[in-house]
Amino acid sequence: MSAVDASTAPEDVPLSLRGPASTHVLVGFGFWLFLLSDIVIFAALFATYAVLSGQTAGGPTAAELFDRSHVFVETLCLLISSFTCGMGALAVQRSNLRATYFWFGLTFVLGVIFLSLEISEFAALVAAGAGPTRSAFLSAFFTLVGTHGLHVAGGLCWLLIMLAQIATLGWRPMVRQRLFCFGLFWHALDIVWVGVFTIVYLGAAP
Amino acid sequence: MIPSPDPDSIDAQGHAPGASSHGSWKTYVNGLLLALLLTGGSFWAASSDAIYAPGVPILLAVLAIAQMGVHIVFFLNISSAPDQTNNVLALAFGVMVVGLIVFGSLLIMANLSPHTMSMHELEMMQR
Repeated sequence: MSAVDASTAPEDVPLSLRGPASTHVLVGFGFWLFLLSDIVIFAALFATYAVLSGQTAGGPTAAELFDRSHVFVETLCLLISSFTCGMGALAVQRSNLRATYFWFGLTFVLGVIFLSLEISEFAALVAAGAGPTRSAFLSAFFTLVGTHGLHVAGGLCWLLIMLAQIATLGWRPMVRQRLFCFGLFWHALDIVWVGVFTIVYLGAAP
Repeated sequence: MIPSPDPDSIDAQGHAPGASSHGSWKTYVNGLLLALLLTGGSFWAASSDAIYAPGVPILLAVLAIAQMGVHIVFFLNISSAPDQTNNVLALAFGVMVVGLIVFGSLLIMANLSPHTMSMHELEMMQR
């Protein structure tokens, strides 16, 4: 993640003479740029939701639809999975195979619980006649929360692939890099979820 | 920072101050506790009657921004260290774009609605 590799570039050498940064610095920075562009996509969806949140077309409103205790459990799952993902990254740093499987396994399980809670919520809404076609508000809701859910589902697939790569390829530098990028991705999803539960479920939208 | 495959150098890097962008386990525990506190505060503020109702959205916004900051510092380990300048600059640009999109959209749409027909009339037209 660092812009300048502190271990190989002493402070007295000017930045212009240090040569290209090492691969892991570039990979971290490039992935960080990707995450920021992903967050810009979510910003557009947030803006859409905030503009359309009152346009219920006579249908159910946000206050009538959402169950806060349900969302609180989802939030806890995602938050704790972000923590276990960080502990997994530390285990990768120590090259501790058992701890890596334990923490990333826990991350996977918590992610699956989060996703199944979200799917059951969506199914209940659609069954109650509050599907994405009901009103502009519900279209915006399903687009925003559904996009986040798709990212979580993609992250879970990625995590499974990474666990398989640890098992088959071992501690290669590229495997460590991918695990590092996965950690950044997972933490970024949790940041987006903070916005989702504040604006959508707790009703902070204007 | 991604350590090299040699386990000895990993340990050396992991202990060198500022050489690792992973936090220690204490960083993650502190981050988790702070995030739990702020999440609990958000859900409490939204459900409780103890707070003056028109002030609740502002309090929720403050708590959410604080929690995003906690995630960035404690989980993503973005800091103001000199070797993080590029990351922080990219973050600042991202925050600016997000602010322009969200507040710009809200401002424009709020400004447009008095100039267009009421939502009720619009709904009547859409049927």
